[in-house]
Amino acid sequence: MADDRDLLPSEQPVQLLDESGRPVADPALPLPDNERLLAAYTALVIGRRVNDQAGALVRQGRLAVYPSSHGQEACQVGAALVLGENDWLFPTYRDSVSVVTRGVDPVEVLTLLKGDWHAGYDPYGHKVAPQATPLATQLPHAVGVAHAARLRGEDTVVMAMCGDGATSEGDFHEALNFAAVFKAPVVFFVQNNEYAISVPLARQTAAPSLAHKGVGYGVNGERVDGNDTAAVLAVLGRAVAAARAGEGPQLVEAHTYRMQAHTNADDDTRYRSPDEVDPWVARDPLARMEALLKRKRVLTKARQTEITERAEAVAAAMREGISRDTDPHPSELFAHVYAEPTPQLKEQAAFLADELSRESD
Amino acid sequence: MATDTTKLTMAQALNRALRDAMAEDDTVYVFGEDVGPLGGVFRITDGLTAEFGEDRCFDTPLAEAGIAGLAVGMAMNGMRPVIEMQFDAFAYPAFEQIVSHVAKLRNRTRGRVAMPIVIRVPYAGGIGGVEHHCDSSEAYYAHTPGLKVVTPATPVDAYHLLRDAIASDDPVVFMEPKKLYWAKEEFDPAASRPGIGTAVVCRPGTDATLIAYGPSVPTALEAAEAAAQEGRSLQVVDVRSLVPFDDETVCAAVRSTGRAVVIAEASGFASVASEIAARVTERCFHSLAAPVRRVTGFDIPFPPPKLERHQLPSVDRVLDAVDDLQWEDDQ
Repeated sequence: MADDRDLLPSEQPVQLLDESGRPVADPALPLPDNERLLAAYTALVIGRRVNDQAGALVRQGRLAVYPSSHGQEACQVGAALVLGENDWLFPTYRDSVSVVTRGVDPVEVLTLLKGDWHAGYDPYGHKVAPQATPLATQLPHAVGVAHAARLRGEDTVVMAMCGDGATSEGDFHEALNFAAVFKAPVVFFVQNNEYAISVPLARQTAAPSLAHKGVGYGVNGERVDGNDTAAVLAVLGRAVAAARAGEGPQLVEAHTYRMQAHTNADDDTRYRSPDEVDPWVARDPLARMEALLKRKRVLTKARQTEITERAEAVAAAMREGISRDTDPHPSELFAHVYAEPTPQLKEQAAFLADELSRESD
Repeated sequence: MATDTTKLTMAQALNRALRDAMAEDDTVYVFGEDVGPLGGVFRITDGLTAEFGEDRCFDTPLAEAGIAGLAVGMAMNGMRPVIEMQFDAFAYPAFEQIVSHVAKLRNRTRGRVAMPIVIRVPYAGGIGGVEHHCDSSEAYYAHTPGLKVVTPATPVDAYHLLRDAIASDDPVVFMEPKKLYWAKEEFDPAASRPGIGTAVVCRPGTDATLIAYGPSVPTALEAAEAAAQEGRSLQVVDVRSLVPFDDETVCAAVRSTGRAVVIAEASGFASVASEIAARVTERCFHSLAAPVRRVTGFDIPFPPPKLERHQLPSVDRVLDAVDDLQWEDDQ
């Protein structure tokens, strides 16, 4: 049995870059190589652009709502970039940028929010579970996918994402406990952005940190500066490697901040002051990576222009794709409830078809 | 080849169905609370861990949402989980997983993610169980689109319905009437039974139709036997499959007699019995000589053991309901 002190997180979140983007030496964790850092920076820029574009599409009435991960992009891209092709990602509704970083078309990701259907992409295409709005319920699913893979002798790792609010749910507890008992290769990645809609972290837990919850399950807990992309990559990379090596599930808490309201439908001035938000502007994950890569002379002007153009192309494709008329046919309402519609659903489908034909007369 | 017929209890038939399914398909996994070395509190999983190993039939931590959620993930990743909820009322912690994910994932993903999960739920009373061990919870599941809900009344049906449930690409809530676990029946493994979605007429009759399922089927048969002594011929339909519901068989039966009583142990308000009565009334109105009657449990929490007989549909209550079907109009 592991010494419980070994399972406890570090006193301070792991940091590899300070707020101005200067490297902070960590004897246990080297800075990721330049190629990896540049790939992450590219994903950050695209991710920020996806967030901004989705927000604009809400204002234009093209999307019903968008929960933005603005300010949390380091976590978003890190969670996806540390995975291999056969690994799985289990995102929440706020993790669209992570899903995009994994390779899913943003237009398919936004199907839920566009209102066409409840999920748009094929989960098996990029091994990304469908996003859904109940909190923490995806975590036991992640354990099931990992357990099935382990039983077949595959070396799959599952990245199971959730927020600080979700750690109060029973499913968070059951998932960590099951994963630990079955030694399921799952990395539980908690983005602690300080808020569950309006409720601050202090109302979710009295634990010293969310990563401390791991010790109760015999799960190794880690804390990382969630706005430090280099540290997120390094800590999550190490957690994925440990899970893959058979060391059981890992719990990583990233300290970050939800820069915008819960969604466009929320008014965050009712529960927090701008004074609280302002210091986090200086910790912006993009600015820190940009400063680092410029200092390392990896990010040239030409490179930066190229990245910006890529992000603009993604945004343009989003505008075009979301504006396209793709209204699903009402008959599809009955098509996927069961493998074969029941006799009752066939009757109801016929009823609706008849109603529609009379409407169009 | 001589047919190998032996008498099996429903518990043994269910055990045999699990064993045969696991032998035939190595993606079938059985898990839950106490289902491993103990073989389940009702011994339905007896011997499976020994025969198939602890990867294939295993105990989980004591957490029903976790069990259902684990099943969802394993089903997403190519397996056919068969999970046991130890008792009807102990399944409620799993309700969110069942309703929000097991039932909806196929639809959510436009058919891309199937949920071939069987959720076994021992249910209903009649065994003198204490509170939380005797609920008839079928309506919660039957009300949820995306779930199939079946309940056997005989050992042979238990075997075949469970095999069908495990083979189904849709999630099936498999309700096991625990008071019938020890009922015995001649079992011929070569015989076949109608699949999920099919009701059967299990006793012919001409004067009225008793519609029952699970634990109420023996009560209906007993009532029909008693009525026969008094010269009244009652037909009995075993619904077997609550979802999908076999309107065709049930309505044909009711039309043939013109009178119907629906019997179920669950509280009657907003129940499966009520749904059946409504469907029969809508579809068979012009064949009916009397309103469809229901014999159900009262709308009360399941009683303590010393009072439970007052909650269970009895032969007398069924016969009284039959007597009430406006026979005077025939004279």
